[in-house]
Amino acid sequence: MHIGIDVGGTNTDAVLMDGTKTLAGVKHSTTPDVTGGIVRAIEDLRARHTFEGSDISAVMIGTTHFINALVQAKRLAPTAALRLGLPATKALPPLVDWPEVLTHAIEGRSYLAHGGYEFDGRPISPLDPEELRKHAADMKAHGIRSVAISSVFSPVNHDLEVEAARILAEELGPDVAISLSHEIGRIGLLERENATIINAALRELASEIVDGLTAAVRAQGIDAQIFLSQNDGTLMDEDYVRLYPVATFASGPTNSMRGAAVTSGLSTCAVVDVGGTTADIGLLINGFPRETANEVKVAGIRTNFRMPDVLSIGIGGGSIVDPDTAEVGPESVGYRLTTEALVFGGSTLTATDIAVAAGRASIGDPAKVAHLDPSLVRRVLDRIAERVAEAVDRMRTSPEPIPVVAVGGGSILLPDELSLFGAVHRPENYAVANAIGASIAQVGGEIDKVYAIEPGRREAMLADVRAEAADKAVAAGAKPSTVEIVDFDEVPIPYLPGNATRVRVKAVGDLDMGV
Amino acid sequence: MSWQLTAADLPDLARGATLLGTGGGGDPYIGSMLVRRVLGDGSITVLDPEDLDDDAFVIPTAQMGAPTVMVEKIPAGTEPTLALRTLESHLGRAADATMPIECGGINSMIPLVVAAETGLPVVDADGMGRAFPELSMETFAVYGVHGSPLALAGERGERVIIDTGDDDRQMEWLARAVTIRLGGVGHIAEYAMSGAEVKRTAVPRTLSMALALGRAIRLAREAHTSPFDAIAETLAPTLYSHVRELVVGKVTDVERRTTEGFAKGRAAIAPLDAPEETFEILFQNENLIARRGGELVAIVPDLICVVDHESAEPITTEGLRYGQRVRVLGISTPAMMRTAGALAAFGPAAFGLDEEFVPVEASRAMPHL
Repeated sequence: MHIGIDVGGTNTDAVLMDGTKTLAGVKHSTTPDVTGGIVRAIEDLRARHTFEGSDISAVMIGTTHFINALVQAKRLAPTAALRLGLPATKALPPLVDWPEVLTHAIEGRSYLAHGGYEFDGRPISPLDPEELRKHAADMKAHGIRSVAISSVFSPVNHDLEVEAARILAEELGPDVAISLSHEIGRIGLLERENATIINAALRELASEIVDGLTAAVRAQGIDAQIFLSQNDGTLMDEDYVRLYPVATFASGPTNSMRGAAVTSGLSTCAVVDVGGTTADIGLLINGFPRETANEVKVAGIRTNFRMPDVLSIGIGGGSIVDPDTAEVGPESVGYRLTTEALVFGGSTLTATDIAVAAGRASIGDPAKVAHLDPSLVRRVLDRIAERVAEAVDRMRTSPEPIPVVAVGGGSILLPDELSLFGAVHRPENYAVANAIGASIAQVGGEIDKVYAIEPGRREAMLADVRAEAADKAVAAGAKPSTVEIVDFDEVPIPYLPGNATRVRVKAVGDLDMGV
Repeated sequence: MSWQLTAADLPDLARGATLLGTGGGGDPYIGSMLVRRVLGDGSITVLDPEDLDDDAFVIPTAQMGAPTVMVEKIPAGTEPTLALRTLESHLGRAADATMPIECGGINSMIPLVVAAETGLPVVDADGMGRAFPELSMETFAVYGVHGSPLALAGERGERVIIDTGDDDRQMEWLARAVTIRLGGVGHIAEYAMSGAEVKRTAVPRTLSMALALGRAIRLAREAHTSPFDAIAETLAPTLYSHVRELVVGKVTDVERRTTEGFAKGRAAIAPLDAPEETFEILFQNENLIARRGGELVAIVPDLICVVDHESAEPITTEGLRYGQRVRVLGISTPAMMRTAGALAAFGPAAFGLDEEFVPVEASRAMPHL
């Protein structure tokens, strides 16, 4: 048996799983402290379905702690950003595009040093150890407790980042954490560097949270390994979280989508999560969310995190309906649904009222919407179905038909069939889908590099890259026999010789739980 | 009219320049940050070409190379001005102003970096009137001003002078080779010319037009009015007066390949009003030709701009993806970009296309925006 817990902004969900079978599920409000919510969730699961601590083989946790710390600019460590690339890159030093409040919150200091590579792996300039020691002394003098190191084209060659880290560690001692950009992001220096600085600023908090979670789980008599969900839905162990807390940032939407998929039994599908104000549409391919190709701003900082690509449209249970045009949203009564909607005795016509009038749901008092014109009701529902179908169509990556899974309280707005897509799947256990998503035990490895592909060597080269990604997954704890390539992307780069090509590969396998 | 450009103008300029990039030209984001860093609270004088003395000395500045490298190896910041200074000392004359060679994409920004750093004014004109992939594709060259001698600078302070006489293609070829040795990106000063030559050979007021386009799109979005009407109204009084909506549709296929150092490819779009009809765009870094149902509707050098169907945010060829809802706009280019000489330099034949040039406003009955 294993336990999945998802600590969201509002609710904490927990499930007790036996393989893919849900034995028990519970839902609570999220507590401000790390451990309280976890303790209560596990105690509640035990009350629903008795188990011994030794029955549990793993505990998987998805958490919003880290992204909240950044958004609220709280509990961040004094952080230095060191970039290797001089004489290049001087025009835009690290932290250049950060909001002032966050630079201030991390007491950010930025340093430039020699080093870095060209696109083809030639060095820009050699590392200067003396220069690095001088920077280290300045960091020390300013009370820096965490350092982010970035280097130009480190996704092509990361040797200098590693070497610079070694020199800084000698000067700063073991208590100063060091984060390396090639381990965190992809091509795009400022975005990768920003993600690395965020990671560095969260390192102390990561240790605190991991210690708290571990203590809470151990206090329940559970000795099993603890894992946290990453943005892409794969897991990381607690040691990895201490090093790469930033990788948990988008685990919320990912766990929700993966949970919806697993409860519906589909691994490639579109997931429509209809809430109070928006419908969020994402795509699962081989069980993993499709990720954004573009820069993502987090707390005002440009990054290139691996985030699920989610399209939000302004249709939810609380969306206000215009009785003249039959148009829905984007304005919503939001959390005031239970006082403002017609079925609850309010005076605003909402999408929920329409669903109740159509007999799709029994919420509040149906008599209060009995007067609605059936043709209006039909027009509104048709319009919703049309816009959702268009959004799903927009998200899919090929003209191949793709099944649609509907989840969320507002999914009563959706018909049983969508034009273009056919039947809409509505899984059971949706209430705890996030926790189920967290409990899916898979780990992965990713490669994102620029390669000069020699003529006639393309296939061999790509095979090597795939093997490298697979090795990374195994190193992260995957059972070698289960590892497969789930994502592959090859983009030629213009204006460069030698068929320079950017290759991204992701390999994933089942977590080896030793059972 | 000359005017002052401040840091507050940069996001609008970047958006407008991306639109004029017609799918290519490189992302102006890093470029706009470079300008912002140097400019601070200051301002840059943008000179109307008519306000330029005939004997003024103008040295255009630009960046050449791979946009993908630029997002990783950010410049030291000194390169564009070093290129300008190098050409000045080679020619033995100080510049009175700088100017873009290309108003689309990142090269709308590089002369502003130089202007912010040196205090020189920027001439509100350029030599491409959009974005093109090669340094020789310039109205300057078409009307008798040659690019050579060209000064090229790298971030280590390297300086190269390339002198190929009247042969602009050879200049492009050699400069490209040096740029690759420099790591994929180089900064250049070229096409030095007099004020009189600017008036005769440059496409006028393209910098202010890019800014006006970017601003109009933003204001329309903020006011919840149509950004497409705003684009058409902005362009109506300019030399780019015809705007045609070539299609509203969904991207159904994108193919890409790299050949001879260029990102070539094809995008297919299914029109919303006639999904069985195919609309296709061929591109080579920039969009080159658009056909609907096999029939030509727009062709280089006219602008073929793919934008989001609601927000009008420009979409680059790199950013094209299956499923996007897009509008494709065809925008007419000034007469000076459509003469026989101009078409020989950057018309269909220069890109290996068999089609003859047909002005977008004449190609087929399309709703005039």
